[in-house]
Amino acid sequence: MDNLNSYLILSAVLFSIGTIGVLTRKNAIVVFMCIELMLNAVNLTFVAFSRHLGNLDGQIFVFFIMTVAAAEAAVGLAMFIAFFNNRESIDIDDANIMKW
Amino acid sequence: MDISSVFFALVAIVAVVSALLVVTCKNPINSALALVLTFFCLATFYAMLNAPFMAAIQIIVYAGAIMVLVIFTIMLLNIRVDENKKHSHQLALGSVIGIIVLMMTGLVLTRGKVSQPVGDITNELINSQGHTELIGKVMFTDFLLPFEVTSILLLVAIVGAVILAKRKLS
Amino acid sequence: MFDNVWLIPLFPLIGFLINGLLGKKIKNETIIGTIGSVAVFASFITAVMIFMNLIGLPANERSVNVKIFSWISAGNFNADIAFLIDPLSCLMMLVVTGISTVIHIYSIGYMHGEEGFYRFFAYLNLFVFSMLLLVSGNNLLLMFVGWEGVGLCSYLLIGYYFHKKSASDAGKKAFVMNRVGDFGFLLGTFTLFWWLGQTHDVWTIQFTELAKNADLFPTGGIVTIITLCFFLGATGKSAQIPLYTWLPDAMEGPTPVSALIHAATMVTAGVYMIGRMSFLFIRSPETMLTVAVVGACTALFAATIGTAQNDIKRVLAYSTVSQLGYMFLAMGVGAFTAGIFHLMTHAFFKACLFLGSGAVIHSMHHALHHVHSHDDAQDMRNMGGLKKFMPLTYLTFLTATIAIAGIPGFSGFFSKDEILWQAFANPLHGSMNTVLWAFGACAALLTAFYMFRLVFMTFHGTCRIKAGAEKHLHESPMVIVVPLLILAFFAAVGGYFGVPKLIGDLFGGIPNYLEHFLSPVFANAEAYMHAHTHHAHHSHALEWGLMGTSVVIAVVGISVAYMLYMVNPDIPKKFTSAFPVLHRAVYNKWYVDEIYDFVFVNPCKALGRLLWKGFDVLVVDGIVNGVATVVMAFGGVIRYFQTGQIYNYAWTMAFGVVVIVGYYLFK
Repeated sequence: MDNLNSYLILSAVLFSIGTIGVLTRKNAIVVFMCIELMLNAVNLTFVAFSRHLGNLDGQIFVFFIMTVAAAEAAVGLAMFIAFFNNRESIDIDDANIMKW
Repeated sequence: MDISSVFFALVAIVAVVSALLVVTCKNPINSALALVLTFFCLATFYAMLNAPFMAAIQIIVYAGAIMVLVIFTIMLLNIRVDENKKHSHQLALGSVIGIIVLMMTGLVLTRGKVSQPVGDITNELINSQGHTELIGKVMFTDFLLPFEVTSILLLVAIVGAVILAKRKLS
Repeated sequence: MFDNVWLIPLFPLIGFLINGLLGKKIKNETIIGTIGSVAVFASFITAVMIFMNLIGLPANERSVNVKIFSWISAGNFNADIAFLIDPLSCLMMLVVTGISTVIHIYSIGYMHGEEGFYRFFAYLNLFVFSMLLLVSGNNLLLMFVGWEGVGLCSYLLIGYYFHKKSASDAGKKAFVMNRVGDFGFLLGTFTLFWWLGQTHDVWTIQFTELAKNADLFPTGGIVTIITLCFFLGATGKSAQIPLYTWLPDAMEGPTPVSALIHAATMVTAGVYMIGRMSFLFIRSPETMLTVAVVGACTALFAATIGTAQNDIKRVLAYSTVSQLGYMFLAMGVGAFTAGIFHLMTHAFFKACLFLGSGAVIHSMHHALHHVHSHDDAQDMRNMGGLKKFMPLTYLTFLTATIAIAGIPGFSGFFSKDEILWQAFANPLHGSMNTVLWAFGACAALLTAFYMFRLVFMTFHGTCRIKAGAEKHLHESPMVIVVPLLILAFFAAVGGYFGVPKLIGDLFGGIPNYLEHFLSPVFANAEAYMHAHTHHAHHSHALEWGLMGTSVVIAVVGISVAYMLYMVNPDIPKKFTSAFPVLHRAVYNKWYVDEIYDFVFVNPCKALGRLLWKGFDVLVVDGIVNGVATVVMAFGGVIRYFQTGQIYNYAWTMAFGVVVIVGYYLFK
């Protein structure tokens, strides 16, 4: 496939945007969504390569990543709720008691 | 420039713009909706890559399940939009790292060499047998054990989520 | 039938498990006591059945190896859980289970109301289990398991009143001294196994196999080393010089324990072990001489101490040490049957004496408690005239005392006289014989003296108990008296199993049952002895003469005790004031404990303290604490990287990714 490169570039761009979001946003849920964005960027790479190589293993991998993402969403959001219940905030700057 | 390239470019622009919106929107709800849009774009790409099963579960799992859960949580918590502290002070530094990552991936792309197709999955095979059937065959033969282990992972996640959301720390 | 031999140790083990695990819940003393006694009685019945089967076999087939399962198998080394049924082990099983049964029943009455009643019976059953393993195991390792097991139970039961410091100290002393002996036992086992395997390619520790290969062993040399190692083990377990000092202290335990473990069974384990390995011991004249000399010295030495003790149980303890000395003397002169015979009769009369003293102490304690007196219930100076309060106890006690003193017709006479005669007549040690005999005879004199001193001070004369307490003195309950009667009966007639040929012929050829029964066990040793020594012929007149001498000796000892403590009680006081140094030395047990403290215990303590303060605190703790300090110092610096801010971690991670990917890109 001659357009493999376009997919990879697009995936790289999305991944970088996700990275910037994770590093700069303070709202924990937004950070979480940015992580999902990064995961999806990787997924796109997997599918693109899988199709290019004519092998389904990459797509199986995407399937597992989605499962992990689902588990992560369930646990992560539960943590945010627990965190919010205790701190009345969802700001990651407020999760700062784990220090010296 | 053929029609499919034009279509790809259009969808790619939508995906990038909506991804940027995810990062920049002040209101988390807007971010979430932008992310849903990104996911739809990705589903479109999967369909263009002749992987209809992946496109379907992308929409069902990500847009349908995960994002609904996220939006539920945002609304449940009813977070105030904190205008003055929306972005942390490391915006510049974060962006620099983001750009470095982008440059590096670009470098990888320009330097790397992609091998020729190794597998026997062709468009013709997918069209004749169906993508879901092919995936299913691989999933329940070569990847049976990881598949079963995944179910345990989900079970653990369910239990963890219930315990975490229920408990009120003193 | 022999296949069921494993039941014999199993019953006490079950009793131990039930009482040990559930005893605290059961609480009811009758049930606990019944479980313990029935368990031991069941093994006694089984032992009797085994015995019946054994005597049904022809004499030369009376050695059966019953293998239950293979226990350890590693290379050339094999150890089975296997039992050896032969006359010796069978006799030991009968004695152990029989006397244990009686003592268990006695304990139900004696330990009534004691705290931890279930604990006592659990330990006692565990002891019986270990002892049966010791006497019936067919290899050295299984014997050693029993050997250690009885040591453990001894420790636990001596320290039964563990809240009393003297009791827990005595327990520790017994354990540590036994360790010294056990060390010898193990070394002997290792050397035996290694030597036999190396030189003759016979890799075994099984008694039956060793006996079969007895001719492979040379005379002296390596056999002396092996047997001396084993004998060291025997001195520890059987309280011989130099490792005897733990036994008198072991009287801190409850009296039934003293009777069962420290008189009748456990302390005879060393004698049994030498008997079991007689084919090996006989091949080393040096070891045999050592055994005989140590036995004779112990017999005399302990007897001298026994004459000046005032604690009723301590007198009996020294008497036990002394009588064990006799057994070793017998073993040492090659009179194995006589040694085992004395082991058996001693088990009867000494158990009876201890239980009788227990009844006395019990009664004294009770009476003194009534008048709120803190006098020592075990001190004979507080007793006297107890005869009329406790007639049955007195009767049984007197019977056993007559037996131990060696009055003809009672069991002690037959066995002790046999030992003295063999010491004199056996050609094994040449000119040493007369010396050994003289030691034994002197010890016999002292035995008769101190035992009757004990009887006179306790049961005769005026009652010296605190005024008002005497009306609370009374005979013990039936559960205590009946065991005494049983044991007294056997103390009186137990000797007729082994009537010497000389006397037997006089009364129309009464055979020496015991000698016939045991002869296959010692056949190998006897044959070797006959082949390697000049068999000396002694006239019957000499034997009668010596027998008469020992009777005279016993009568003299009794008369002296009568003179000193009944007719003229002032003489002992005058004697002590005339020879104060001698009396103090004897009273303080020749200061042996103090010498041991000075020579061994204190240097060990000093070395321990040095290692503790010098090596452990400075070096070992220094290294450990040093590591901890270094880690803490590093941590103190590094912890400032833990800001608690999530974005710091996220950044670090992103930065790390950049570095790693960069490395692979630009390398």
